[in-house]
Amino acid sequence: MPEAGHRLKHLSYTRGKRNTSPGTSLLKLEGVDDTNAARFYCGKRVAYVYRAQREKQGTKIRVIWGKVQRPHGNSGVVRAKFRSNLPPKSFGASVRVMLYPSSI
Amino acid sequence: MTTVSDLSSAEPVPNPNTTTIGRSSGPPTSPSQCRQRRPRSTTLRRMTLNPRRYAHHRDGVLEREVPIPTVAGASCCPDFGRLDRGLRLEYTSSQKFRQTQRTPTSMANSAIPQTRKTLHPTKYRESLKPGTVLILLAGRFRGKRVILLKQLTGGALLVTGPFKVNGVPLRRVNHRYVLSTSTVVNIEGVDSKVIEKVSEEGYFTKGKESKAKGEEAFFKQGEKPEKKQVDSGRAEDQKAVDKALLASIKKVDNLSHYLGSSFSLRKGQQPHAMVF
Repeated sequence: MPEAGHRLKHLSYTRGKRNTSPGTSLLKLEGVDDTNAARFYCGKRVAYVYRAQREKQGTKIRVIWGKVQRPHGNSGVVRAKFRSNLPPKSFGASVRVMLYPSSI
Repeated sequence: MTTVSDLSSAEPVPNPNTTTIGRSSGPPTSPSQCRQRRPRSTTLRRMTLNPRRYAHHRDGVLEREVPIPTVAGASCCPDFGRLDRGLRLEYTSSQKFRQTQRTPTSMANSAIPQTRKTLHPTKYRESLKPGTVLILLAGRFRGKRVILLKQLTGGALLVTGPFKVNGVPLRRVNHRYVLSTSTVVNIEGVDSKVIEKVSEEGYFTKGKESKAKGEEAFFKQGEKPEKKQVDSGRAEDQKAVDKALLASIKKVDNLSHYLGSSFSLRKGQQPHAMVF
């Protein structure tokens, strides 16, 4: 649904130079380039949608839900935590940001 | 420091009427002292924090009672040299008070987890006023623009399409799953009695209670789900509420088209930069 599916890219896990922490993911929204803009999305729910071979609950499409936690850095990147960690094959993949829970 | 040695005997013997509790309390001088693993105050604190874990402590008191010091002059002559830095349990009046508060019944009751949370009324955003046009963000009617009728309790909002305009009936919606716009519709003419009837607690959940549970449900699993029967009363309430709304909507140019259309984000639109 367009009104709910503003896309962002899963960049990477939070990490230092040599070690990653897969519990938290870094996401980048197009058009969001500074921390103030990123703050709008804090708390919003996020969904990583992907396809699988087997059908589960009537569909081959699966979702991992999560939430945007806080901004990350100065350029509009955002930290998010998912119910289960995102798989590393999703680096570079699109993740959907919802407009809820809304504060407008 | 000669005062202390004047009072007590030659060899260092801890005052039998006070208790020193703590890790470095020196060699135990009585069998009961050996059993003590942690100070009593800590145990009591642990029991309040984890009542289930300590439910077996019958009356909240350890086996050993700590006696009240009665030696005259003990408090004014602290025994620095003799005893190590253990906690000296001299009962102040406040401690004694706390002692009596932890009665057997109160400790037993604290084994049942008691919630200390109080329910406060939901605080809705300022932008959510009756008559505002809202955009539903999730659920069956996502993207629809609807009119807010009333703030209900527990985070819910009462909302209507109106039904004839966009197919959204009288419905409850969570206030966080809604975008409020700056458009406001005049809802003065709406029948307030009907709205109050609809805002009553059981209105939307009546039908759900009659769902069969347990064995009946198990046998019913194979059968097709019954089609949801909607009360004819609901349709009447809907018409009653929408009548006045439709009249005020028609007065504004394009408003019915606006309410009939759906909201969506197009390419290049940034919600954080948009004014709704």
